[in-house]
Amino acid sequence: MKIPHRSFMFLAAIITVSFVACSGNKSSSNGVRLQGAGASFPAPLYQKWFKSYSAAHNGVQIDYQSVGSGSGVKSVIDKTVDFGASDAAMTPEDMAKVDGGVQLLPMTAGCIVLTYNLKGVTSLKLSRAAYAGIFLGKVKKWNDPLIAKENPGVSLPDEPVNVVVRADGSGTTFVFTKHLSAISPAFAQSPGVNTLPNWPVGTRSKGNEGVTASVMMTPGAIGYIEYGYAKSQNLPMAILENKSGNFVAPTTESAQAALGTAQFPENLIAWVPDSDAKDAYPIATYTWIICYKQYHDKAKFQVIQDLLTYCVTDGQKESEALGYIPLPAGVADKSKAAIQNITLAPNAS
Amino acid sequence: MAEAKAITQPPTGLQRASDSIFRGLCYSFAWLSVLVVIFIVLRIAFAAAPAVRQYGLGFLTTRTWDPNRDQFGILPEIWGTLYTSLLALAIGGAFGVAAAVFLSEGYLGGFVFSLLKVFHLEFHGLWGKLPERVEDILKNLIELLAAIPSVVYGLWGLWVVIPLIRPACNWLHLKMGWFAPFGTDLSGPGVLPAVLVLSIMILPTITAISRQALVSVPPKLRMAAYGLGATQWETILAVILPTAARGILGGILLAFGRALGETMALAMLVGNANLVSISLFSPANTLAALLANTFPEAHPKEIGVLMYAALVLLGITLVVNMVGAFILQRASAGAEGGK
Repeated sequence: MKIPHRSFMFLAAIITVSFVACSGNKSSSNGVRLQGAGASFPAPLYQKWFKSYSAAHNGVQIDYQSVGSGSGVKSVIDKTVDFGASDAAMTPEDMAKVDGGVQLLPMTAGCIVLTYNLKGVTSLKLSRAAYAGIFLGKVKKWNDPLIAKENPGVSLPDEPVNVVVRADGSGTTFVFTKHLSAISPAFAQSPGVNTLPNWPVGTRSKGNEGVTASVMMTPGAIGYIEYGYAKSQNLPMAILENKSGNFVAPTTESAQAALGTAQFPENLIAWVPDSDAKDAYPIATYTWIICYKQYHDKAKFQVIQDLLTYCVTDGQKESEALGYIPLPAGVADKSKAAIQNITLAPNAS
Repeated sequence: MAEAKAITQPPTGLQRASDSIFRGLCYSFAWLSVLVVIFIVLRIAFAAAPAVRQYGLGFLTTRTWDPNRDQFGILPEIWGTLYTSLLALAIGGAFGVAAAVFLSEGYLGGFVFSLLKVFHLEFHGLWGKLPERVEDILKNLIELLAAIPSVVYGLWGLWVVIPLIRPACNWLHLKMGWFAPFGTDLSGPGVLPAVLVLSIMILPTITAISRQALVSVPPKLRMAAYGLGATQWETILAVILPTAARGILGGILLAFGRALGETMALAMLVGNANLVSISLFSPANTLAALLANTFPEAHPKEIGVLMYAALVLLGITLVVNMVGAFILQRASAGAEGGK
């Protein structure tokens, strides 16, 4: 018997592999598969929602990739997804790029907290001037009078304030700089609002987990992270002064107080850069899912409407356990009503 | 009939066909990889073109990265990339070559051998193989360093290296702050932790290739050196290392390429701050980290600028490779002249 030529075997192997790869790519023809991408901040909640929805509805599969708000908006414009998600909403210019239009829906909310690493300090109050000064690089020592004034009885060390900011472009940074720009004209001038501004101070770390690690490893460090993340990690959170001069700790209630003051226009994009409610925690924000106004696939259209309705109604009950702020009742109703703006294209199949 | 029993026979049609198909496949895969490189460079260059026109060479010499003002400059990143890579190369190179010498000269094997001698086991059937085995294990352990994912190095740096070196660094800053490399204190991430971790990451490359080069030095040369009365130390420095220089330099070059392009661990450890500082304890930034951090959320206008930065990184790698090839040529020419 002759042994087959080696190159021939190699060839056969390649052909087999490529056939297997091709057949693996085919999706099942029955059932609906939705593809979403965007903000990483609400991703754990979205994934939970989509999982419970898929479990309850046979044949529905929903994939969500947390690639970041900017990429989410870009995917919506490029039409590579069925829906997007963004913490920074969507600019009117970007909205105009989608023919047929988009519908933004506030889905959940969160707040941003300042976490710190100060030995023996369990409660830290920061006035607006103090924390704006810290992130402008003007407040350089922990025993600065601006900080000490609000914290009588707390022994603040004569150590440098090591600021930690996000290194990657992020919706969290966008919301945080929006707030700082609202309370400090100097900050608004430079660096200003951006997903990755030109911070005058600090080391930069990637992601909530990177900032957290840097803060925990560096004595005298302070950084901003999402409330849900800080809560799950049991990190110390600074008590901040709000617009009416009260010092408020970040909680679901105080964040909802802030979010409740948002005035929603037609497009449902509203910011609360600096809430004037009395017991509002100052840095809170909504986050949005971006849908097309028209869908061309009937099955997808029905699932999207049904899914989003579930998210803004029953889904809201799951958000608090994961560290998100449930939508205030009025806002959830507005979102629910806006879902009806999503329609099936007249030439749909 | 007699022909069928012959040992040799002309290739069958199937063999000819599969031969030529296989050759064709090899050619096309080889060319494909070249085409992919050309395609990547062209795509990046096209995407970068508007930014190149707008910012010109000033992009390479300015320090501000402020998307709100449309000011972009990558001097800190270029500086940080070269500074961290060169320092890591110096540390990793010294340790890597030393480790390669240690492994190739049989120091460890000799030590184990003499240890066995105490128990009169040195020619034992099983124990006698121990010296070789121990050297093999050490070699594999060093090569295993290359298999650790970059992100694990980053985490290790963040949670272990930084707290470990911080007291020493801050003491140095306090006592010798006038000396520019100790000019700032180490708050957290910074150049030194990044350099230390990076040097460990490139160590296996240098050691593996250098060891190979040292092992393939002809034994004749070593014997001749000993015969002339050279000590082991003199033989290593004056005969073995120069003869293996070409291979060692090749390894160092490969390691430098890896250091320039290393992204994840550096993004986690270098501090990502746009500073140009000679201080080892100050945060810095590198081109690869800048790209990795900024790309996912970049605005359309920022993407062109990032592509420009990617082009610069490609250019730096190219220049390093060319300089390396030149040095290699000179080194080997020198070695051949000595023959």
